[in-house]
Amino acid sequence: MATITLTDLKKLREDNKENENIQIIVGMGTCGIAAGANKTFDAFLDEIKVNNLKNITVKPTGCMGLCYVEPTITVKTSGQPDIIYGNVNNETARKIINEHIVEGKLVDGHIFENPAADIVNTENYDSDYKQFRIVLRNCGVIDPESIEEYIARDGYIGLEKALFEMSSDDILNEVKKSGLRGRGGAGFPTGFKWEFTKQIESDQKYIICNADEGDPGAYMDRATLEGDPHSVIEAMMIAGKCVCADKGVIYIRAEYPLAIERLEIAMAQSRELGLLGENILGTDFSFDLEIRLGAGAFVCGEETALLASVEGNRGMPIPKPPFPAVKGLFGKPTVINNVETFANIPVIITKGGAWFAKIGTEKSKGTKVFALTGKIKNSGLVEVPMGTTLRDIVFDIGGGIPNDKKFKAVQTGGPSGGVLTEAFLDTPIDFDSLVAVGSMMGSGGMIVMDEDDCMVDIAKFYLEFCVEESCGKCAPCRIGTKKIYELLDKISQGKGELSDLQKIKDMGAAMQKASLCGLGQTAPNPVLSVIKAFEEEVLEHINDKKCRAGKCKDLVTYTIDQENCIGCTVCARKCPVNCIEGAIKVAHKIDQSLCIKCGACFEVCKFDAVIVS
Amino acid sequence: MQTTEEYKITDALASFVEKWREKPGNLIMILHKAQDEYGFIPRKIAIELGRILDVPLAKIYGVITFYNFFKLEKPGKHNIQVCTGTACYLKGGIDIIEELEILLGTGINTVTDDGLFSIESVRCIGCCGLAPVLLIDGEVFGKLSKDDLPKIIADIRDR
Repeated sequence: MATITLTDLKKLREDNKENENIQIIVGMGTCGIAAGANKTFDAFLDEIKVNNLKNITVKPTGCMGLCYVEPTITVKTSGQPDIIYGNVNNETARKIINEHIVEGKLVDGHIFENPAADIVNTENYDSDYKQFRIVLRNCGVIDPESIEEYIARDGYIGLEKALFEMSSDDILNEVKKSGLRGRGGAGFPTGFKWEFTKQIESDQKYIICNADEGDPGAYMDRATLEGDPHSVIEAMMIAGKCVCADKGVIYIRAEYPLAIERLEIAMAQSRELGLLGENILGTDFSFDLEIRLGAGAFVCGEETALLASVEGNRGMPIPKPPFPAVKGLFGKPTVINNVETFANIPVIITKGGAWFAKIGTEKSKGTKVFALTGKIKNSGLVEVPMGTTLRDIVFDIGGGIPNDKKFKAVQTGGPSGGVLTEAFLDTPIDFDSLVAVGSMMGSGGMIVMDEDDCMVDIAKFYLEFCVEESCGKCAPCRIGTKKIYELLDKISQGKGELSDLQKIKDMGAAMQKASLCGLGQTAPNPVLSVIKAFEEEVLEHINDKKCRAGKCKDLVTYTIDQENCIGCTVCARKCPVNCIEGAIKVAHKIDQSLCIKCGACFEVCKFDAVIVS
Repeated sequence: MQTTEEYKITDALASFVEKWREKPGNLIMILHKAQDEYGFIPRKIAIELGRILDVPLAKIYGVITFYNFFKLEKPGKHNIQVCTGTACYLKGGIDIIEELEILLGTGINTVTDDGLFSIESVRCIGCCGLAPVLLIDGEVFGKLSKDDLPKIIADIRDR
């Protein structure tokens, strides 16, 4: 196999820079495909064939971030601004070909503004855009299955510099200078992590990419791998050069088949060009990569549990120290970073640590990708500079709460984080400010809740998750999660007592102090933050046996307002247990002894006659 | 349900095992391949793998039962995976499961009598923008309401 030289790589980059063709780029990440992007893609190809058009390229790309209007596409014509269309089904696709491409008219009603500036096109952060894409620089732009396109967008320049212009100390210095902190949740400075491993003499060292994105409600890493797999591969090689490791492992969730497939393709392409393997670009540096699949265990996001899993065992954590940086995979020094952290590295090496450090806040540099979901108009993937406020993300980028509902809270940090109320919306986001107000950055799930969501129910949801995901090794986590869950369940049934709250707080404090790993130490966070931020609502459940959101079924009664009911019978027909009595044009009644409180009558009534109390 | 079907190591699994045999920490990768082949990990296969790899059966079961992804029972021909990640939970994922249970007359984590369907609750599949979502045979159905389910089930049944 002929491996390419530095000159070949540079030439490849220049050769692929220009594309005279009109390009139609279809967002084909998991969510795009779920929304029907495959059909859209085929419709474009077909309509181009029907019209016998030439010089048009239709190609797939990763997530553009506009998940709420999938399938999304971009039309690129050289010399003209890019046009982004959303909600592009088969019909709209054909319309875009006939009107936009053939007649040169824009197709109304489907155009969306480009939400972000990206680092390849913009030298510095431009405040015209709320979003700035470093990690997602290529997502939604390049075909993730084409190494040439990655290379053309400054891909593998970082590796070139690392191999030909920089010593391993230089690389480490740049990473340290950048101030990059681990994006997996804890925010540990990446440079220090690398330094620990670099300092140790060993015959074998490993670089591991943690792609076991287990936080429910977060999908940044999936989108990055599906949209730009080479960025992670390049970063792992740079890390390998820095700490003298020649083996890498990507530990990825088996639940992400598309990301795995694209990674495999990317690895094969890099190998074929000789960018992965022995003597890369003719130097004495060698590096190879392997994929290992996770199997659905949240605790495997914890470094030592992850190592156990890669070694083929039950994913249970062990006490630290020794840290994996010193004694990791198969007992050898190992650098473990997550996908988002790695995706920053090629840019830091290409542009310099000092450049990166200009973005963000004093102690948190760069950008953060959030998966903005829940009760939000524009749900999607957003990448913002550190220091952006929650209000900007939720109300400006996210467009606020749908259906004229009232904002209630935003949850960050998933099962390890907390809820933040309106009062904290102006907090500039960084690792430390979020902890200070009772939540944490976490891996980047950001879930918005409205007035219909019950905070006790949310706390119960996260606790239930932790009960199931606790590995069972240490007692504080195994017993604590279960006991707190039981107390919450009791409260949600209206059987709670005031003393239960103190019990939860005491047990939570014990878990935070005594659990073996991060999972147990942080598992009480969601419930403790709910008790603090929504004390009144929790007390209502206990004292008044009332759930204001109507979510805790045991505390809810459905009745029919005899004045408002016009006797349309819709609710009676919808009721799954036939407990609504009443004839046409006669006010209906619910038999409380049979009612299962499913809420079906409430949902279908058009006359506001079903009352939840 | 104890299955009476006979399971043999398939050629694909055998060659996968050979490829991975010498690599340390290969067990999980091999179990993934086994589940790919059979849809679950039959007891007989687990025993066979233990023999081939010289790993105690207890260790193999320890690993299988630790991870949510591995199944010990055969799922329905069409396994319906309902996402219960946070976004889907907020937007009614649990209602979707309850409605499916009514429609199919079977509970969660069980198989319908005709072996056609099984319902499973899964962790976030990363399509939060489309919540609530479910997966059938790898196909994602998003922005669901309870009323969409009868048609989805009917379409799958006709396949």
